[in-house]
Amino acid sequence: MSLGRKRIALALLGVVLLAYPYLDRNNAHVDFLANAGAFILLALGLNIVVGFAGLLDLGYAAFFAIGSYSYAMLASQQFGIHIPFWVMLFVASAIAAIFGILLGAPTLRLRGDYLAIVTLGFGEIVPQTFLNLSQYTNGPNGIISLDQPSLFGRSFGFSSATPYYYVLLALIVIGVLVARNLQDSRLGREWAAIREDELAARHMGIDTTVAKLSAFAIGASFSGLAGVAYAAKLSLVSPDQFQFNVSVLVLSMLVLGGMGSIAGAIVGSFVLSFVNSFLLPQSTTLVHAIGLTNVDFTNYRYMIYGFILVLMMLFRPGGLIPSRRRSAELRVALVDPKLAAQEAEEYEGGPR
Amino acid sequence: MDVFLQQVINGLSLGGIYALIALGYTMVYGIIELINFAHGDVYTFGTFTSLAILTGLGISGEVHGPLLIGVVALTVVAAMLTCGALGVLIELLAYRRLRNAPRLAPLITAIGVSFILENVMQLWHGPSPIPFPQVIPNPSASFGGVEISAKQVLVIALAVVMMVALQLFIYRTKIGKAMRATAQDREAAQLMGIDVNTTIMVTFLVGSALAGAAGFVSGVYYGTTWFFNGFEAGLKAFTAAVLGGIGNILGAMLGGFSIGLIEAIATQYIPQGAQWSNVVVFSVLVLVLIFRPAGLLGESLPEKV
Repeated sequence: MSLGRKRIALALLGVVLLAYPYLDRNNAHVDFLANAGAFILLALGLNIVVGFAGLLDLGYAAFFAIGSYSYAMLASQQFGIHIPFWVMLFVASAIAAIFGILLGAPTLRLRGDYLAIVTLGFGEIVPQTFLNLSQYTNGPNGIISLDQPSLFGRSFGFSSATPYYYVLLALIVIGVLVARNLQDSRLGREWAAIREDELAARHMGIDTTVAKLSAFAIGASFSGLAGVAYAAKLSLVSPDQFQFNVSVLVLSMLVLGGMGSIAGAIVGSFVLSFVNSFLLPQSTTLVHAIGLTNVDFTNYRYMIYGFILVLMMLFRPGGLIPSRRRSAELRVALVDPKLAAQEAEEYEGGPR
Repeated sequence: MDVFLQQVINGLSLGGIYALIALGYTMVYGIIELINFAHGDVYTFGTFTSLAILTGLGISGEVHGPLLIGVVALTVVAAMLTCGALGVLIELLAYRRLRNAPRLAPLITAIGVSFILENVMQLWHGPSPIPFPQVIPNPSASFGGVEISAKQVLVIALAVVMMVALQLFIYRTKIGKAMRATAQDREAAQLMGIDVNTTIMVTFLVGSALAGAAGFVSGVYYGTTWFFNGFEAGLKAFTAAVLGGIGNILGAMLGGFSIGLIEAIATQYIPQGAQWSNVVVFSVLVLVLIFRPAGLLGESLPEKV
């Protein structure tokens, strides 16, 4: 597509997205889009850590939990503190970013796969801590009746998901702009260098620790934002919303769409949200209607995530909408050494 | 003091299970540098297979006399074979193609395999914990306030026997030698005429079989299981492998018993310790990685370039 056409298509998409709640009066659909929006935001954030910087974070839901609980504790009856929603967006993303640095700092001089396991442990510890500190968090019951956001004196209320739809749309637009600018920035190019060859990157004078910590902090702050919006929308938080499967769900979204690709992160999370909220429940209802009442497709949810991760990595490591650079890296390394050698030869100007 | 000694006994039995699982992590990591996230689920699969075999034999309670030895031996061997086969299958289908891919790719695949296995087991026995038949009569011997139950003796004994057998296998057999060579330098091993694919397959077979044995033992020990069991146990066992020095067989055993002890003692002495035991174990992992990333017995290796 030429640049002009691409702009027209984007503008059209923008108009449709802006008008959507007025085109489709079905609140369930708008509600679905708002929820999907929270996951798109999560995937955009995880894309910065996994896609751009190549650091596998398996505890990403922990930052989502930290964002949500920050809002729950600072904007509800729990402690009688009522910080406005709009302020909390900044506060919670800052808190999440700080935790991102705290988690990253001790592990970043280690090899990449240790990072994966430490983040996995961290993802386990955070919800468990919220569960155990029941004098502050009400333990398994969670915190309920969080403050409703309000704009120009009008509260968002519960009757319609439309206000949240617009909040998340705005956050996603900001997220996309930030991610896109970061990708081409000096920092983004440092991330790419680290991802492709950390040793070489260090020799080129890149401060890998600072670059990796920035990836962790920025990625976590996206998750904090999503946490605040999601908690306010549900008006409650509880520790079981942030289990390991949420981290894997977001990772599956990213792998499906394409690691390192912003459009991929959006499409991947939209598709999987759609599968989760519509396709599986609806097809279950359908087969129940024809008499197969003991089938429940929603039970296969985790298997779907699992197969996405395995099959995409084996057959299309770049994802549905691959980032050109990232898929080239993954492809070249995947093929047999013969082809890699051939490509190297071509690069060096033919066989000698 | 009695309480402390009691927790040491409990910790050693827990540690026996962790050690058996940790061996699989450490062997696979040693040879292809992959954290096999699915390994914890292979262990749970061992418990599920044992349960299926016991149910198939019509056993739902205690068994006595020579029959007990037969039943235990049969179940352990069958669980080991099934899990070994499962491990080989996973390697063949999910990991082999990615052996030369960037490190991220097989890690993500491993997470995927883990999720598939968990979902399969969830569909098999439902999402709730299920009881495991108490096959072994459970008298306990008392040594002045410290109780050792027959189950605990079995766990520790089985773990030690398996470890000795593994040690002999790796250091006294030809294929064991091939495994050590491949772990050291895959290409050089290939040049020396070692069939690297077969060697890696055997590594998965042996590691997963040990997880199968651990699966049986854990069913007997806890008397219950559920599809998600392997997640936490796998994390702890991995911590054990790192604590001992990943890639190091003796280290995995030492680390397994240490993690078991740490968990049991933390449960006893920290207020509401049972709730915090996971947090304690993962904090140990982070501390080891910061202060002694090579582990207790591991040698410090520079990152391969």
